[in-house]
Amino acid sequence: MIAPRRWIVLLAALLLSAAAGAIDTEAAFADAARQARYEHLTNELRCLVCQNQTIADSNAGLAGDLRREVKEMIAAGKSDNDIKHFLTARYGDFVLYDPPLTPRTLLLWAAPALLVLITVGAAARVILRRSKAPIDADPEETV
Amino acid sequence: MWRYLGPAAAFLVLGALFAFALVRIQNGTLDVREIKSPLIGKAAPLFTLPLVTDPKQSFDTRTMAGKAYIVNVWGTWCPACREEHDSLLQLARTTGVPFIGIDWKDDGAMAQQYLAQLGNPYQQVVADADGRIAIDWGVYGAPETFLVSSAGIVLAKHAGALTEAVWAEKFAPLLGTGARQ
Repeated sequence: MIAPRRWIVLLAALLLSAAAGAIDTEAAFADAARQARYEHLTNELRCLVCQNQTIADSNAGLAGDLRREVKEMIAAGKSDNDIKHFLTARYGDFVLYDPPLTPRTLLLWAAPALLVLITVGAAARVILRRSKAPIDADPEETV
Repeated sequence: MWRYLGPAAAFLVLGALFAFALVRIQNGTLDVREIKSPLIGKAAPLFTLPLVTDPKQSFDTRTMAGKAYIVNVWGTWCPACREEHDSLLQLARTTGVPFIGIDWKDDGAMAQQYLAQLGNPYQQVVADADGRIAIDWGVYGAPETFLVSSAGIVLAKHAGALTEAVWAEKFAPLLGTGARQ
């Protein structure tokens, strides 16, 4: 058994380790607001080489180049939208972890609502049928 | 009856879809990592870069105006580039389309040695040492090959080794029409 205090230390270590996932060893900007924008953007952009990582998490050469581009554009005073536009014009919407609503992504965005509707519909059908059926006819109730 | 047939049919349909995708991955007609380039149908990004063969000189894509050409992104560090090299030599010779090489994030001396040893398929080969031009072209791996029309429009892109078969299927049909526009 691990003492409760040790559990807290372990839990804290696990929770804080999420911050250690980023590849950058030092802050890109001394200015906190710009650093926050930089971290937000690099965590929203997909590394195209290792396609399930963000460019903040990846040590692929291309991810490093893209972090440099993001950093330079922030330093040059570009807005977040300018930066995202720069990248989607070159790599397509796939580079964004948060894809925009377009005819192609409509099904993707609608899928959660559709699944809820289908589930609720199916559940309602079962409940209605069971509530109408005589209790004796339910095979699980008969012994 | 339907209570059993329904799920079974759903399972079969799903299974058939998975098998279809797996077969297409296996025979190379489906690349799940492929990202469709937003550059296709748009103006090819312009660039001026130093030559690999002589870094004091540079090459500008504007000199290609009015001609269809190929842009091939490669590096000596890239195994698939070595794999496609003989095809590049062959295609550059037989098709008559000029090949422009972009040596991506590479060591200049190694690139020179590579081309001297294996042959140079490129009309011009330039060094993109810091990878900025590759980003302009939406490059995410090497090799990648682009076909640019004589009007300066990107007609097609191929990610992965370029072979005679890929050329015949993807590039040759476009060269007949679009490239001369």
